[in-house]
Amino acid sequence: MDHAILCKDLYKRYQDGKKIVDALNGLNLAVKAGECFGLLGPNGAGKTTTVEILEGLIPATSGEVEVLGIRWGTGQDQQLRERIGITLQETRFQEKLKVREVLELFRSFYTHGMTTEQAIATVALEEKAQAWVRDLSGGQRQRLAVATALVGEPELLFLDEPTTGLDPQARRRLWDVVRDLRERGRTVLITTHYMDEAEKLCDRVAVVDHGKVIAEGSPNQLISQLGGEHVIEFSLEKGAGDGIEPDDFMKLPPVIRAVREAEGILLTVSQPHIAIPALLEFVDQRKGRLNSLTTRHANLEDVFVNLTGRFLRDD
Amino acid sequence: MTSFRPMLQLVVCNLKAFLREPEAIFWTYGFPLLMVVGLGIAFSSSRAQSVQFDVVKGETADRVMSLLGKNSAFKVTVNPPETALARLRTNRTLVVVSGSESGGYEYHFDPSNPESRAAKGVIDDGLQRAAGRKDAFESKEVIVEAPGSRYVDFLVPGLIGMNLMGGGMWGIGFVLVDMRIKKLLKRLLATPLRRPHFLLSVVGTRLVFFIPEAFFLLICAYLIFGVPIRGSVAAIMAVAFMGSLAFAGLGLLSASRAQRIETISGIMNVVMLPMWLCSGIFFSSERFPEFLQPLIQALPLTQLINALRAVILEGHSLFSQAMPIGILFAWAAVSFALALKWFRWG
Repeated sequence: MDHAILCKDLYKRYQDGKKIVDALNGLNLAVKAGECFGLLGPNGAGKTTTVEILEGLIPATSGEVEVLGIRWGTGQDQQLRERIGITLQETRFQEKLKVREVLELFRSFYTHGMTTEQAIATVALEEKAQAWVRDLSGGQRQRLAVATALVGEPELLFLDEPTTGLDPQARRRLWDVVRDLRERGRTVLITTHYMDEAEKLCDRVAVVDHGKVIAEGSPNQLISQLGGEHVIEFSLEKGAGDGIEPDDFMKLPPVIRAVREAEGILLTVSQPHIAIPALLEFVDQRKGRLNSLTTRHANLEDVFVNLTGRFLRDD
Repeated sequence: MTSFRPMLQLVVCNLKAFLREPEAIFWTYGFPLLMVVGLGIAFSSSRAQSVQFDVVKGETADRVMSLLGKNSAFKVTVNPPETALARLRTNRTLVVVSGSESGGYEYHFDPSNPESRAAKGVIDDGLQRAAGRKDAFESKEVIVEAPGSRYVDFLVPGLIGMNLMGGGMWGIGFVLVDMRIKKLLKRLLATPLRRPHFLLSVVGTRLVFFIPEAFFLLICAYLIFGVPIRGSVAAIMAVAFMGSLAFAGLGLLSASRAQRIETISGIMNVVMLPMWLCSGIFFSSERFPEFLQPLIQALPLTQLINALRAVILEGHSLFSQAMPIGILFAWAAVSFALALKWFRWG
């Protein structure tokens, strides 16, 4: 079996009061065994709905789902649950249980698995093994959640927004845990709305928007599909060069895309050494004055902006 | 099967989480005990109190005072008519005595209040005798105050039943809704844990508590008020066990859909209110009208309290309680099955 997850034409329709919400609109996904796959998209794109269908927690309205070669509801759910591990976007374990006790509890649900000590070590919570859940930080709680997903030694791991709301250090520690899992040959499906996270962790990503996959591939592939791998961000002083619009820059030869971002303008270019002089000249002609200018490599955020015209981070 | 282990682990975790909450322990054990002690003291000192009544100021008052004023069996208060009648209406006096046109007395009282009715008889008796009435024969009072027949004895099994009901309902309802809010139920659903096993473990946790809950109260009542324990401990335990099981099932059912603490509180109160009122905690359920009896007798708390009174106070055997135990078991089985069917995990 080379695919850990396959889903075809996934639709999910909710009834929210009188409103009908189409959370998924024909989503297709193929995750290979052994890879770390990222579902990237803004809040409300349908990432959580997708994983919860894959995890067998909610039914799809229509479409086909196969997880580790098994379909949910064909009498093998129990066996399948033995082979997958999950973290929900938010789980709060009982505040007055100790870390070790929570893991002993979850370990007892699985016929096979690692020892609680191993699970604690995998997420580097040794020092907190005897601490109450109440006394854990956000990052430690999230690592505990990952440990409960790992304790049954699953072949396939679902992590739903594991780093949302964590500080940078806690995020990096969690990344280490995920990298470690991938090196041990586990398949990991991770959802995130942080592009840097997807770039750093995932072998492949699928960009999800409005319940559909709008792009799929390795982070490098997706970025190179932009046509230009460099981004110039600049802003103009107020009161000078009024009326300059992003579209004006499309006339400059190496500019592939131009969009407005907050106070400034963002250009995707292939050759910055040609684009920057041309940009300066153009601004000068229009009597504008630059307030700031930076250049950087293009990232997955730019891919998303390119595909949707919107930014990931402002939802 | 290895399936026993997850249930055991769940029970152990639930118990640990409970024992680490000092407040929960107080409300489970301390509060019911305070209630037994408080009510026990209030109702156990009911021996030969003087009869209290008001008499209307004036010539009648002088007459009554000269007849009964020195009699320690009566406590007479003299008041102007309006004041006396106002006191009667607000239950601060049991009877108001005024003079009648024929030179006798008028008794103002509320016949629906048994205490008031009894006092009226005693007062009339006292006045008639003091005025010279001769008894047709000599009567003698034999006072019975044996342990087992006092109000406190009646009360204790009722409170134990109420406590088992409250513990089962609140204990399960709040825990489950809390787990649902925390998304823990959904998280458990994603594990190989079997759904009925989870619900059984919740019931199992409750059943660990029934022994201390029932016996702690019973033993305290025995030590403090001398409430008799006439039946076998095994029979009492079996009845309390069945009661706990029934209310654990009912708690499970009540909490099977609720997603907020406010909702579950409301549901619990609605489910428990008829039993608080009608199941005979504080007075016998048989005092309710005949046409309500089939309904009242079908309530699990009625059956539990009746069976507890029968085994604790009257020393009945467990076999004689097959009917209430059967009804309790039916409540447990039906509510567990429905809860399993309707349970909301997400």
